[in-house]
Amino acid sequence: MTEIEKTTPDTPAAPTPAARGLIALPLAAARALLLAGGIATAASAFLAWTWTDEFPGDLTITGYPGGLQWLTFIAGALTALFALSSYGIRGLGWLLPAGNNAPLALTALGGFATTWFTVIAICTELGGVVNLEPGGWIAAIASLLPVLGALALPEQLGEDTKENLKAYVAKPDRIPAPKALAPWVERAIITIVTAIGLAVFTYGIDTEYGELFIGYLILIAFSLWALHTAGLMDRFSRIVAHNRSFTLAMGFVAAIAFPFTQTDDHYANIGVNILIFGTVALGLNIVVGLAGLLDLGYVAFLGVGAYTAALVSGSEFSRFSGVQFPFWASALTGAAASLLFGVLIGAPTLRLRGDYLAIVTLGFGEIFRIAVNNMDGDSGPDITNGPNGIPSIPDLSFFGFNLGESHDIGGFTLGRFANYYLLMVLIMAIVVLVYTRAADSRIGRSWIAIREDETAATAMGINGFRVKLVAFALGAALAGLAGTVSAHVTYSVVPTPYQFAGSTPPNSAFLLAAVVLGGMGTVAGPLLGAALLYLLPEKLNFLQDKSLLAFGIALVLLMRFRPEGIIANRRRQLEFHETGQLDVPEQATLTDEPAVTKAGA
Amino acid sequence: MRFGGLTAVRSVDFTVNAGEIVGLIGPNGAGKTTFFNCLTGLYIPTEGTVSYKGTVLPPKPHLVTKAGIARTFQNIRLFANMTVLENVLVGRHTRTKEGLWSALLRGPGFKKAEKASEERAMELLEFIGLAHKRDHLARNLPYGEQRKLEIARALASDPGLLLLDEPTAGMNPQETRATEDLVFAIRDKGIAVLLIEHDMRFVFNLCDRVAVLVQGEKLVEGTSEVVQADERVIAAYLGEPFEGEPGEAEAAEVAAAEAGSTNAAAEERSTTSTKGESQ
Repeated sequence: MTEIEKTTPDTPAAPTPAARGLIALPLAAARALLLAGGIATAASAFLAWTWTDEFPGDLTITGYPGGLQWLTFIAGALTALFALSSYGIRGLGWLLPAGNNAPLALTALGGFATTWFTVIAICTELGGVVNLEPGGWIAAIASLLPVLGALALPEQLGEDTKENLKAYVAKPDRIPAPKALAPWVERAIITIVTAIGLAVFTYGIDTEYGELFIGYLILIAFSLWALHTAGLMDRFSRIVAHNRSFTLAMGFVAAIAFPFTQTDDHYANIGVNILIFGTVALGLNIVVGLAGLLDLGYVAFLGVGAYTAALVSGSEFSRFSGVQFPFWASALTGAAASLLFGVLIGAPTLRLRGDYLAIVTLGFGEIFRIAVNNMDGDSGPDITNGPNGIPSIPDLSFFGFNLGESHDIGGFTLGRFANYYLLMVLIMAIVVLVYTRAADSRIGRSWIAIREDETAATAMGINGFRVKLVAFALGAALAGLAGTVSAHVTYSVVPTPYQFAGSTPPNSAFLLAAVVLGGMGTVAGPLLGAALLYLLPEKLNFLQDKSLLAFGIALVLLMRFRPEGIIANRRRQLEFHETGQLDVPEQATLTDEPAVTKAGA
Repeated sequence: MRFGGLTAVRSVDFTVNAGEIVGLIGPNGAGKTTFFNCLTGLYIPTEGTVSYKGTVLPPKPHLVTKAGIARTFQNIRLFANMTVLENVLVGRHTRTKEGLWSALLRGPGFKKAEKASEERAMELLEFIGLAHKRDHLARNLPYGEQRKLEIARALASDPGLLLLDEPTAGMNPQETRATEDLVFAIRDKGIAVLLIEHDMRFVFNLCDRVAVLVQGEKLVEGTSEVVQADERVIAAYLGEPFEGEPGEAEAAEVAAAEAGSTNAAAEERSTTSTKGESQ
């Protein structure tokens, strides 16, 4: 880490002396307030905030923080770190490469929001402020101090930022370019960030009650925002661009490591469901993000894969109960069946453009569900067992390794879902590989060309129909592949989940939302979107019956404020935001990698 | 070519020989772009055929391009959110054939083909002078460079005949001159060029032959001298001279009614501008 420290200027850029903050305080006092407030906030986490352990997480013990108090501690510590860095202390300069105040304000706000959320939650759940111990009051006041300090800092006006509250949280126009780092340092940074990422993600999945999850989300949102305005995200993505395959490998190592951090198979179950959801969303990303075909019936392909795998799984309720394919064969059969289904649907419909295609795919998606509902021997041929579905699908087994049983590996116990999780990581690796390789090739370019301007693309010699059909069929096959695993994970397949919109993922609406929310045309975007869309209703019980409403609102807000999705494809970002259009990343000309990185990784 | 009851282009027989630059001119709405769209398969002609090097082309845009006819568009149609290099690489589509499987397996053949495509694309970018902007998004290029890039993209399909739809529309005189040189350079590569243009100086400087299209029919075809001398061409642009003079009385009435000066001024303006065009 020593090298990083050297890369940053020793003295942070001096703020314009004339500017004053909203609150009239000398600069030194404002900074001191930030630092002291941050430390006080972190320290207050060690006090008892309430008198009873009825509030989840047990915040009653002095000297031993629990649940939400840890979040306050982390927020306070982060504020203090940034405050120290703003003093220009050697060794912390890398935290604030641009020397701006926005990260200070944002971490302070994060601590304030987390702490006050906790305090208010205690008051409302236990019935009144009387339930707060003095420690709770102290925490509330301590977390307010850094916010006051941040407001007292002078405003740093960019070239076109207006003089208002927004200026406090604006990202500076220019982040000083870092010095080149040794390759091993870059890799070390990626490794550390991956480890932190895994820890953060695991913490999120393991949260046991809704309040903790909300606090976690608040803290994550503010911290990431702070890191973004500090310019650290830009620097990190630059490092990632240098070490693309290493980052991908680290990502998979982290994904594989996840079940080993879990003691309860329930969380591995959440993990495997997120992976299935994310993998299918990534398949949809080929169709929607690259080729620009709006497919509203995509979940049907997952259903085709799942039903195919169930039929050849050897389940006694299957129409072909004597048939039991080995997994590789059933996975291929499922993918092939989906591919066939995709070609059958795509061949007549892909001649349509835009809205018409969306309507037709929506119809076909519903036809699939209704058809499997009716193929029970009474109202149709006896294939799918109708609404009862195909239950008791046997567990998979590789070379005597039964995925249905718990195994001890190196002192860690891997339960049933952890086994399937690892299998799903493998499937996801295949899908990510297919996605990145297809996107960066002749066929991927023709998909993007079709999305951009179909007439011009055909005039350039692209057979539009054929290229679109390839995208559609490839997306279908990948969903079918994920479906074969999901059939085994859930023990049974029934028609109900394969609908357009429902309260639990995956369904077509959620899949599309995951792609759009996460970021179209990126690899990490749909995975992040899927994780968010799965975890939110899972963790927040009160959301469960209103999740569609909540996501509708979330999508509308997202389209207003960040239309390119949480993780932006560089291309999309340039499309939606006028600023910085002429910036071309430097590394593009320095390496012989393809200039445009389609994968957000 | 008919749209419902409207005949947009009627019995236009037209030949472009190898190594020629041919201009297609005509007043607005004469059917020039429709003629281009018929040639490139964007419209399916109601009657008639397009043949290239002796074979009749099917009316499918991608097959026409494959056969060796590439085009640009009147209103620029670049892939706005792709980089300059990628735009040209898309133009290479018909001359490469790596499908999905080879993209997924990434064998040596794939890498070789990608490398060759990129080299060829960079060659073309050098040719039009945009090599230094290879990683810019097409949408961020200035107007003139977008026009150039569209030509490079069309050239990437190694055409034998290049169709340019108003290549200098909206350009200043310097840019027009540069485009002139570019078209000559393309011709020198052995590519025949057929271009639609309204800038008459540009057309008559450049073209070996010029055809005039009026109301969907070919009026005259020949060298620039022949076309410029043709009475009907002037008539098509200016309108027929009035045979029966408007009644003196009527004219006087109009003049008296609305301070006739505005009328006269308008007329004068339109004459000068047309003169400029027909020089």
